[in-house]
Amino acid sequence: MNAQTPNIILHATDVTKNFGGLKALSDIDLQIEEGKTHAIIGPNGAGKSTLLNVIIGRIPPSSGAVVFDGTILTGKAPHEINQMGISRVFQTPEIFADLTVLQNVMAPAFARRDGPFKVNMFTSVARETEIREAAEGLLNDFGMWERREDTAGTLSRGDKRRLELCMCLIQRPRLLLLDEPTAGMSRHDTNTTIELLKRIKLSGMTKVIIEHDMHVVFSLADKISVLAQGRIIAAGLPQEIKENPRVREAYLGETVQ
Amino acid sequence: MNTLIRQSGLSRLFDLSRRDVITLLIFAAVVLTMPIWLAPLGAAYPGLMQKFAIYAIFAIGFNILFGLTGYLSFGHAAFLGVGSYTAVWSFKLLTMDILPAILFAIVVSGVFALVIGYFSLRRSGIYFSILTLAFAQMCYSLAYSVLTPITQGETGLLVARGDPRVLDTMLGVQAQTGGVPQPSMLGTTITGYTGFYVCAVVLILAFYVSQKIFASPFGMALRGIKSNQTRMVYTGFNTKPYMLAAFVISGMFAGLAGGLLAATDPIAGAERMRWTESGNVVLMTILGGVGTVIGPVIGAWVIKYFENIFSAINTGTLNEWFAFLPDGLQGVFVTVLSKFVGEGWHLTLGLLFVLIVVFLPGGLLEGSQRLAARFRRKKQPQRRELRQMEAGE
Repeated sequence: MNAQTPNIILHATDVTKNFGGLKALSDIDLQIEEGKTHAIIGPNGAGKSTLLNVIIGRIPPSSGAVVFDGTILTGKAPHEINQMGISRVFQTPEIFADLTVLQNVMAPAFARRDGPFKVNMFTSVARETEIREAAEGLLNDFGMWERREDTAGTLSRGDKRRLELCMCLIQRPRLLLLDEPTAGMSRHDTNTTIELLKRIKLSGMTKVIIEHDMHVVFSLADKISVLAQGRIIAAGLPQEIKENPRVREAYLGETVQ
Repeated sequence: MNTLIRQSGLSRLFDLSRRDVITLLIFAAVVLTMPIWLAPLGAAYPGLMQKFAIYAIFAIGFNILFGLTGYLSFGHAAFLGVGSYTAVWSFKLLTMDILPAILFAIVVSGVFALVIGYFSLRRSGIYFSILTLAFAQMCYSLAYSVLTPITQGETGLLVARGDPRVLDTMLGVQAQTGGVPQPSMLGTTITGYTGFYVCAVVLILAFYVSQKIFASPFGMALRGIKSNQTRMVYTGFNTKPYMLAAFVISGMFAGLAGGLLAATDPIAGAERMRWTESGNVVLMTILGGVGTVIGPVIGAWVIKYFENIFSAINTGTLNEWFAFLPDGLQGVFVTVLSKFVGEGWHLTLGLLFVLIVVFLPGGLLEGSQRLAARFRRKKQPQRRELRQMEAGE
């Protein structure tokens, strides 16, 4: 390990979000290091998903700013944020249920290659060999290659989640946001997903992961921030978090012995 | 292998999958042989076949918007009307040649679609439909009132002998014969069968363009919009311009159809922009099979055919048909059935539509596919038995 100062790819400063009188987030200060996996944990209603939605531009913060690689994200449209290299996996999978599995993975690749809008109506999807091969390769890694011609809506919930992950990964995002990527998966599928995410980790992709499952968190995270009642109550290495008395009291105490 | 796959831009333009090429060839053959196979059905006269081709183009274009993006426009007749008016004005001011007329029809209706689409697409679902309907009704009312100098209101816009026709005068091709000049293409007068074959060729081209769009990344993006807009946006697609592009393209198809209507019969009236016309194209698309390449064409043909057949039947023909029945019974049959024919043929159309939507939500195309599948399933066990027999040997 070298002693260089880590490169902060995403920086949230003093982010506050009020829903009416309810303070969902207050004075959030979050720094995500490039190439690391950063887990955000916390009890239900702590504001984890709200924080992710603020980062991705789905909801604007009441005050404060989110800066990605030197650019302020606040006020940008979701597609612009994606085009900057941020992809997101949702809590309930957002896929193209009417398209085939393969088309689901190819579409995001077109968005990455052709930008937010291009009327390329005289080329044929079938002839886009490069993109198709990349998509098929990814589906193969995720054990879904056999189902590539199936309509995505017919997949099981766990498969839909993995498909959505494929859709994000084919874009080779600089920052991948995962909102409970293993929720609703069987133990076996969860472990497969952990293995896959570990492999992505080796490729140096930065990830922010929101997760309930402590097994997943401690298998993957390089750093952990603990959110409770809209505030970050602790942040640090997994080992530090495990031993932090405030965290144990607020959250971990009931979950992990 | 790789060098074989790499292609120049031009050859890409004509690049279709094997299946699409076969479909296109069959389609072209079916369209061009219409005068033959429509003869036993009693519909092989040019005027009707022109309508078949033109309304198929209208429905194909409508399907690019509704079938791919799922946005239901209820005002597409406006573009049909604009196309017709533009074409007739081209006949009046420039030349009786239909090529510039059709070109202008496409361009002007495209501009209209750009403006109407820009505002309508700010909303989705039912609000989008209502907005398109409102715009179309505005066009319709304007054509009857304020814009009478351009549209000739209720009389309809007609080609007259005294029109300037700048290009024709310049080139000295102004018709010397008496009477109203007829539309022509590169010197050939467009009448009857010529008119039909022109429309048929344009229909085949329109079908090809629709195939290309369906198979392209652009078409895939439009399907993505229909399927899940949230995912589209978080995948980096800017969905607004995609939908506007689809709206303009389908508006241009409608304008093309309107231009052809004027080319085959050089008159344009506001009734072409009525909401019933907009509704008709919705019916055609749903009846045939929305979101498929061929469905809207089938829908357009079925509706235009039935319109022609049923509206031609009158009480006299019904009386003849049921002459074999006893007098009282004959009277009852004729009275009841006469409500469904002639002017009342829309009642038959309504019934047909209800039956299709309830029993075949995917349209006639899905119906025929289901039939084919059932047929195949019956055959398959036989094949398996055959294989077993072979294995046994």
